[in-house]
Amino acid sequence: MLHIYCPHCQQHREEDEFSYSGEAHIQRPSNPEILTDKDWGDYLFFRKNPRGLHHEMWYHAAGCRRYFNATRDTVSYEIMETYPVGTRPQIAPLPTIGDDAT
Amino acid sequence: MSTKKNPYSAFSLLKNALSYHENWQRAWRNPTPKTDYDIIIVGGGGHGLATAYYLATVHGITNVAVLEKGYLGGGNTARNTTIIRSNYLWDEAAQLYELSLKLWEGLTQELNFNVMFSQRGVLNLGHNLQDMRDIERRVNANRLNGIDGEVLSPADIKHIAPLLNVSPDARYPVLGASWQPRGGTARHDAVAWGYARAADALGVDLIQQTEVTGLRRQKGAIVGVETTHGFIGANKVGCVTAGNSGVMAAMAGLKLPIESRPLQALVSEPLRPCLDTVVMSNAVHGYISQSDKGDLVIGAGVDGYNGYGQRGSFHVIEHTLQAICELFPAFSRVRMNRQWGGIVDTCPDACPIISKTSVDGLYFNCGWGTGGFKATPGSGFVFADTLAHGRPHPLAEPFAIDRFYSGALIDEHGAAGVAH
Ligand SMILES: Cc1cc2nc3c(=O)[nH]c(=O)nc-3n(C[C@H](O)[C@H](O)[C@H](O)COP(=O)(O)OP(=O)(O)OC[C@H]3O[C@@H](n4cnc5c(N)ncnc54)[C@H](O)[C@@H]3O)c2cc1C
Ligand SMILES: [Zn+2]
Repeated sequence: MLHIYCPHCQQHREEDEFSYSGEAHIQRPSNPEILTDKDWGDYLFFRKNPRGLHHEMWYHAAGCRRYFNATRDTVSYEIMETYPVGTRPQIAPLPTIGDDAT
Repeated sequence: MSTKKNPYSAFSLLKNALSYHENWQRAWRNPTPKTDYDIIIVGGGGHGLATAYYLATVHGITNVAVLEKGYLGGGNTARNTTIIRSNYLWDEAAQLYELSLKLWEGLTQELNFNVMFSQRGVLNLGHNLQDMRDIERRVNANRLNGIDGEVLSPADIKHIAPLLNVSPDARYPVLGASWQPRGGTARHDAVAWGYARAADALGVDLIQQTEVTGLRRQKGAIVGVETTHGFIGANKVGCVTAGNSGVMAAMAGLKLPIESRPLQALVSEPLRPCLDTVVMSNAVHGYISQSDKGDLVIGAGVDGYNGYGQRGSFHVIEHTLQAICELFPAFSRVRMNRQWGGIVDTCPDACPIISKTSVDGLYFNCGWGTGGFKATPGSGFVFADTLAHGRPHPLAEPFAIDRFYSGALIDEHGAAGVAH
């Protein structure tokens, strides 16, 4: 059972209060009309799925019902940090992809 | 190499004990890799070994290596609950799984190795009105595809699985089920070993303890693989690496529409025969059968998040066992012996990817997720054909990776249900 620190509630809570929402920092296309099928497919379906550090979204479903991000090791399952959506991770920062990246 | 036979004896047992049982005679050679091959298969699970076998038998291509980072059949092939069936909803999936089921029916004879295929039938329970509508639709679709299937009433079910609680006041009332009599189970190790032994005898090199660490490309085409034992050349490489496929794809700068998640199973202490069929329930996330040894083999749901640690979350099995105890009150006192997890490669439409890639000569066969054991023979058969001819086998064509761009997904979440 993971103990996950919700940055909104500022508490460690048990895993089954949360639900997982997949890879974080995927920008919703700002120009959907001109997107190709390839761009749509990549946005909707293709994922990094790394073995190791992963930036991912979690939802505090049975708590504050708000989303946040986490940096987690997908092998040891250690959660290195959790941080609000809209901010950048401290650990293994992502390459900058624009100021509005969440 | 190690083909010379050492006779078994009390003395050899003692002798081999001194070397930690690592030097027993082998059912296949342990060859040193050549510098290059016509085709390299990455991943020595059931699917990779079946691919190598059909390359050799059907296509006469024997200059083939299977590279396995651990031991043969030690991945999900060793970790699954071995349920076999072909009652999928859509034509594309139904035909692929049915090809596989037909191959299972003759596999023991073909490989001259007992894969212990047991057609004990598979029940998929319905617990509410919507489950029953889905079951009726799926059974009708199956019958139109020539696949056996029936919709059963609670009374019929009670007859097949007397220990199942079908009373109307049960926590999860059983309103009916789909029944595929030709479905069943097989012995997980035996299918890997059977294909391995037969492929080896035809000249395929099975190379264990050799991890592929890189995919070498030149001008957009594959030229070979980097391994923990050096470079091995090949102009065709097929990756059959299940949960590790995303990592393989990244070696070629590609991404896949796959997320890797732990899926768990557990077995009980051995019991006298009490369940001679397979019972699955999508709604309550449990599936159960009894092995020939007598242990109850129980599969759980998939973990909620990506992970490569082969273990799985406790609350997931807790949930499954609660459901199993409700369905089979008599099992509530049974002690569990072992629990484990495998890393499954889940795809957004619950269907596999059998495909070329944008790198010439690089192919993937993955995305089987929670339900690829049943497909082992068919997957190997169509993938071997795809590799041999450099174009998709007709049954593999709908499963190309392009479907995530064209939108022609094959939504099998209903038939795939939970893990199975
Ligand atoms: C708990 C559980 C229950 C399941 N129950 C069922 C069921 O009842 N019915 C069903 O049909 N399916 C079931 N499945 C799914 C089924 O097990 C898989 O879909 C199927 O076994 C996949 O076979 P495979 O040969 O593709 O993969 P694997 O057997 O996992 O083989 C892949 C191999 O690739 C190797 N590999 C990976 N990376 C590398 C590398 N870089 N270099 C070299 N080798 C590498 C791995 O070591 C591994 O041996 C279940 C799975 C699990 C985990
Ligand atoms: Zn919260």
